[in-house]
Amino acid sequence: MAELKEEVQTEKRKLLVTAPPHISHPDTTQKIMFTVVLSLLPIVVYDIYLFKIYAIITLFFSVFGAVFAEALIQQIRRMPSTISDGSAFLTGVLFALTLPPKVPWWISFIGGFVAIAIGKQAFGGLGYNVFNPALVGRIFVLLSWPKHLTSDWYDKVKLDAVTGATPMFVAKQFYLGSIKIDLSKFYEVHFFKNPYGSMGEASALLILVGFFILLLKRIIDYSTPLTYVATVGVLTALAGRDPIFYVLGGGLLFGAVFMATDYVTTPITRKGKVLFGFGAGVMTFLLRIYANTPEAVAYSILFMNALTPLIDIYTKPRVFGAKKR
Amino acid sequence: MRKAFKGGIHPPEYKEISKDCQITVLEAPERVVLPLSQHVGNPAKPIVNPKDKVVKGQLVAEAQGFVSANIHSPVSGTVIAITKHPSASGIRVESLIIEREESDEEFRYEPLENPEPRSIVERVFQAGIVGLGGAAFPTHVKLSPPEEYPVDTVIINGAECEPYLTVDYRLMIENTDEIIAGALLVKEAVGARRVIIAIESNKEDAAKKIASISPSEIEVVLLPTKYPQGSEKHLIKAVLGREVPQQGLPFHVGVLVQNIQTVIAVKRAVQEGIPLYERVITVSGQAVNNPSNIKVPVGTLVSYIIDILGGLKEDAKKVILGGPMTGIALGRLDVPVTKGTSGIVALSSDIVSRYDESDTCIRCGRCVEVCPMFLQPYLLGTLGRLGRADALIENNVYDCIECGSCSFICPSKRNLVQLIRVGKSIAREVKK
Repeated sequence: MAELKEEVQTEKRKLLVTAPPHISHPDTTQKIMFTVVLSLLPIVVYDIYLFKIYAIITLFFSVFGAVFAEALIQQIRRMPSTISDGSAFLTGVLFALTLPPKVPWWISFIGGFVAIAIGKQAFGGLGYNVFNPALVGRIFVLLSWPKHLTSDWYDKVKLDAVTGATPMFVAKQFYLGSIKIDLSKFYEVHFFKNPYGSMGEASALLILVGFFILLLKRIIDYSTPLTYVATVGVLTALAGRDPIFYVLGGGLLFGAVFMATDYVTTPITRKGKVLFGFGAGVMTFLLRIYANTPEAVAYSILFMNALTPLIDIYTKPRVFGAKKR
Repeated sequence: MRKAFKGGIHPPEYKEISKDCQITVLEAPERVVLPLSQHVGNPAKPIVNPKDKVVKGQLVAEAQGFVSANIHSPVSGTVIAITKHPSASGIRVESLIIEREESDEEFRYEPLENPEPRSIVERVFQAGIVGLGGAAFPTHVKLSPPEEYPVDTVIINGAECEPYLTVDYRLMIENTDEIIAGALLVKEAVGARRVIIAIESNKEDAAKKIASISPSEIEVVLLPTKYPQGSEKHLIKAVLGREVPQQGLPFHVGVLVQNIQTVIAVKRAVQEGIPLYERVITVSGQAVNNPSNIKVPVGTLVSYIIDILGGLKEDAKKVILGGPMTGIALGRLDVPVTKGTSGIVALSSDIVSRYDESDTCIRCGRCVEVCPMFLQPYLLGTLGRLGRADALIENNVYDCIECGSCSFICPSKRNLVQLIRVGKSIAREVKK
């Protein structure tokens, strides 16, 4: 029998051999992160216009603190650097926007650092953190240096000469009957130009612009922001209070659009996202009306972050071909 | 147009590269390599010996058992060896090697006129027909559903949802009559009431062509273009709204699905007595010099086909047997086209995707959104990496059809389908 020689390969070249599929969608983690940054750009630019150098300093040190923490910890743990994925950068920007512009620079830096170090890297880095890192940073600096963080919002608005603090505090006083004002006067302030709160709340209009950018670029689903805001609005109205003021004022819109839609710390399925929005809405309503804290939105989102693994388990989709439940 | 199934992706189609290339017949190679296992089921057993003379169409290896398929020589010539030869999977597999000689001799079975259902199935078995869409499942098995599950509807699968591939499209345009005849034979074989030819909207001209000459008993249905439309379960869902139960088969919902080229093979085997020894494949991709749709003998080496079509471009990075979503990347080109090979796709480096080994999930949820089986690929991938058999089974790992939609969409470039495959084998191993 003739010895069979193997066919000689005519094409001598190195071919890449990997498992299928062999093509992929052009979107990458990095692209997504920077698209979110892009959606924040209108707000950031407006902040810089309103607060000039203060906004720049706060943004710079927040981002620097966050990126520095990421680099430092990965260096220490001898892990490959993930700075280029843009996630630490984004956390830095988000954290900065939870701050009032004139906060001391070192608070921005420490907060940004803590956001990444404790909020993210302590859990194992991107994808493993339970809580929204930017909000972890926010709550950390608030509890540590409350004086620097609570704005004297109402004083500065000077629409009526009554002392107060945050919009929510003002509303509370109003409904307690201790002050007499017209809440609807504030709609316009919140919507277009509100230079008295956190930087992210400078204009509800620009938050909506960011929201539409994220929707158009298919980065987020509308279900969480919508259910969140709607729940707060409806409950507030049912409680006999001005829903428009409660929706526009404070951190609700910013939190609903940019914090409650964070991939890592919120549910995967749409059903889960709706539950998350609803739960956060109820929490925010309760904290705003009954608790003595200015951080209703931040605490509500962090609380729902903790419930997210559970929500994921109970909102598993029905597998194709499985019996209908 | 019908409603699409839920989930799925829209990969770039790249069909324009080869869709207008008429099917041409390639000059037969000097030598063919016939793996004994080129179908699902038991390998066939050779019934010829080295140095034996064989004629084109002659049975050279017999099916072993019910789930197996006959193999016929695509050329006249001499058997020169039965030995292990490199195959697409990278493993050497037992193969018959036949050297071609010029000859007009050819073996054919007796054509059947007005055949009984049973004799159609018998002929399909004799002719060694398997699913030509890529799965290579023996067709006679599919044509013999258990009696308690009567088939009322036959769906002819013209979805061809894999990017690049255009064989089914070309056949629908060029061999329309044979498709109709084959579809009616399949309907006859299982005693179905309806035949539906399902085609994606990106091949509307093919649908019109078929509809224009179909008899009234054949329906042509247009479906929204979406991957993996060609998956049996999803095709049935889109066309009839029926959901094949978990771990079930199409006959559980009274349906039989057959690929376009398979029904042509059935027609030829029954009406002309020609066994399955050749097939049409697409040769495409940004890195091939001459994209084509060609008819080749089963057993033709990929290297031969590429050479005769003018070779690969300088920046060829990957050569795939099948489509880019589920095909196998070749490490060497001296491997044969088998019955299940639907195409050869050569990708340049700018098209080839890179999957990331760091395996970081950002929980964006896109994989869950696109999974046509409604699984949670991000979770299964992680469980697969960790080797958690119980959790894998609890999360329905066996339901994954390995379409690759999750890997395609993942922004972190995790190769989820690969992690899930690993998970499946771990789960099977542990549960043994």
